Amino acid sequence: MTQTQIAPPPISRPSPNEATRAPSLLLRGLRKTFADVVAVDGLDLEVNRGECFGLLGPNGAGKTTTIEICEGLTDPDAGHVQLLGLDWRAAANQLRQRIGVQLQETQFPDKLTVEETLRLFRSFFHHGIPAEESIRTAQLEEKRNSRVGTLSGGQKQRLAMACALVGDPELLFLDEPTTGLDPQARRHLWDLVDALKQAGRTIILTTHYMEEAERLCDRVAIMDHGRIIALGTPQQLIASVGAEHIVEFAVSAHEPPAPGSAPGIAHGIVDAALLLAIPGVMSHRVDAGLHQLSVSELHTAVPRIFAALASQGLHLSEFRTHSASLEDVFVGLTGRNLRDE
Amino acid sequence: MNKLRLSSLYQLTVIRFFLIVREPEAIFWIFIFPILLAVGLGIAFRNRPADVLPVGATTTQLTQALAADKGLSATTLDPAAGTHALSTGNILLLAIQQPDGVTYQFDDTNPDARIARMLVDRDIQAAAGQHEAIHAQNQLVHETGSRYIDFVVPGLLGMNLMGSAMWGLGFAIVEARQKKLLKRLVASPMPRWQYLLSFILSRLVMLVIEVVAFLGFARLVFAVPFRGSLVQLAFLCVLTSLCFSALGLLVASRAKTMEAASGLMNLVMLPMWILSGVFFSASRFPAAIQPLVRALPLTAAIDAMRGNMLQGMSLGQLAAPVAILSAWLLLAFAVSLRIFRWR
Repeated sequence: MTQTQIAPPPISRPSPNEATRAPSLLLRGLRKTFADVVAVDGLDLEVNRGECFGLLGPNGAGKTTTIEICEGLTDPDAGHVQLLGLDWRAAANQLRQRIGVQLQETQFPDKLTVEETLRLFRSFFHHGIPAEESIRTAQLEEKRNSRVGTLSGGQKQRLAMACALVGDPELLFLDEPTTGLDPQARRHLWDLVDALKQAGRTIILTTHYMEEAERLCDRVAIMDHGRIIALGTPQQLIASVGAEHIVEFAVSAHEPPAPGSAPGIAHGIVDAALLLAIPGVMSHRVDAGLHQLSVSELHTAVPRIFAALASQGLHLSEFRTHSASLEDVFVGLTGRNLRDE
Repeated sequence: MNKLRLSSLYQLTVIRFFLIVREPEAIFWIFIFPILLAVGLGIAFRNRPADVLPVGATTTQLTQALAADKGLSATTLDPAAGTHALSTGNILLLAIQQPDGVTYQFDDTNPDARIARMLVDRDIQAAAGQHEAIHAQNQLVHETGSRYIDFVVPGLLGMNLMGSAMWGLGFAIVEARQKKLLKRLVASPMPRWQYLLSFILSRLVMLVIEVVAFLGFARLVFAVPFRGSLVQLAFLCVLTSLCFSALGLLVASRAKTMEAASGLMNLVMLPMWILSGVFFSASRFPAAIQPLVRALPLTAAIDAMRGNMLQGMSLGQLAAPVAILSAWLLLAFAVSLRIFRWR
């Protein structure tokens, strides 16, 4: 497991706890079971101040349970949670004043306007930014007097973000902020998170979109079955795949390769050993008839791959390459795709 | 901006108010429906002049004897036509001349027919020469307060207070829970007691509008009497509303979906609609279930309001229903706070 500490960027606003320099979030041995499902299975994590940290994983990996424990909404069965150097049991009210929360699936009342909703949330905090400022930050100026029921999905999500920001939080939790949004609304929200990052806020977000984690996060923890299976910067994680490119191809054969066969063994008529012998080819796996090679030196390896397949008398029916991504990290670690749900 | 407008209790209360006012259906059920019901019942049970009872007689001589009576309208019919008219309900009684006297044909299970029998017989006997043994005089009294509308207005008021308090609180809370808004609010530093208090405060504001509109209408249109102290009536309305708000909170304290809440709500309210004497006196139910009927909060509320409005009773005389309402209020509130699910 890759574990690195990244120096947090300087925080622009003075923070009350700056002297202690406690990490924004500290989780030790976190465990939570619902009925017979182990949602979080012994989790350790540290998030530094000013960091944008991502919990990436498929649905059901335990991301939401983890973040809700951090938000004080769920009590862990075991383990230790510390936010901004404080404990939920001892300082719940103080913590709620200092964090901002955006939950999955919150539906704000349809009959209230954007401004009324934000004034309500602003009234809960001793210190914060004016409702108008949060409206501006979330780019909802034109919708200020519109009823929530008339907003688009992306606008509703930005309203949820604005509600999380009115208390001027030191630590911001975003649970699947872009799930269910169209690509344009998603990019719009990414820009908003980017701006918050630039302003030096500590952000912890969950997502099952790898491109979101790659784009937004300074560090990423990949979760599966309630555990962290990889931790590091997106670049470090991608480097752990072993090569920066992925080549995928399929061949048309007289008989299709047996599904579910283990990688590394010759399938049907493809001789994997021949492929692995090519300089720059780091690994080979087969998933449902699709061969996947991790490759460095793409420009020299690809002609040799073509030649090797041709020498076996095989005909390519599909061939593509892409840069290695967090998706490939997850696939490499679990043998499953992130979006196999 | 002043401090009040920035306070979370003020914001929560104002927003509750907006949400009620922006829901047209709620306005209908709270304000329009009880007035429509009162109008309908007022028309159906209006006090009409004493009914004129249609009767028949087989000879013109008998008909003439009855003609002078303002309470009867008599027609001459031959026996066959008379029997037919009687069986179809066109007349209530047929007087048949017999050689040795008169026979009255009528249905003795029909109270109107029995009255017709008394009037017809009195007229025929008088025409035949019978005199009153004692001189009697009538003095007619048409007093407000003894009409059906007077009886039903406090009943409708109680029913309306129950419905608006229970739906207003219960539905809004369960909706917030189902839409995960409650969870979001709990994740913020909102003081939880203020959330619940905002419901009570907005309810009390709505209560004033609701009660004044309904009772004002009943007063202006039907001249329903207010014999007791208005301050004490206001106290009874507030107590009733708080009691049912607490029951609404109890119903909403764990329900996760609107469907579950609706079912529970009806389970709680339906027995009271039937048993608590909204439309007829609860004392008509068998003695065996009277203790249950009396213990229901709506029965207590309506009894107390009728006592105040119709009989001019003071709170001291209404101690029993007030105690029942207070007990329900405290019990429901204590239990719901204990079991309330904030997410």
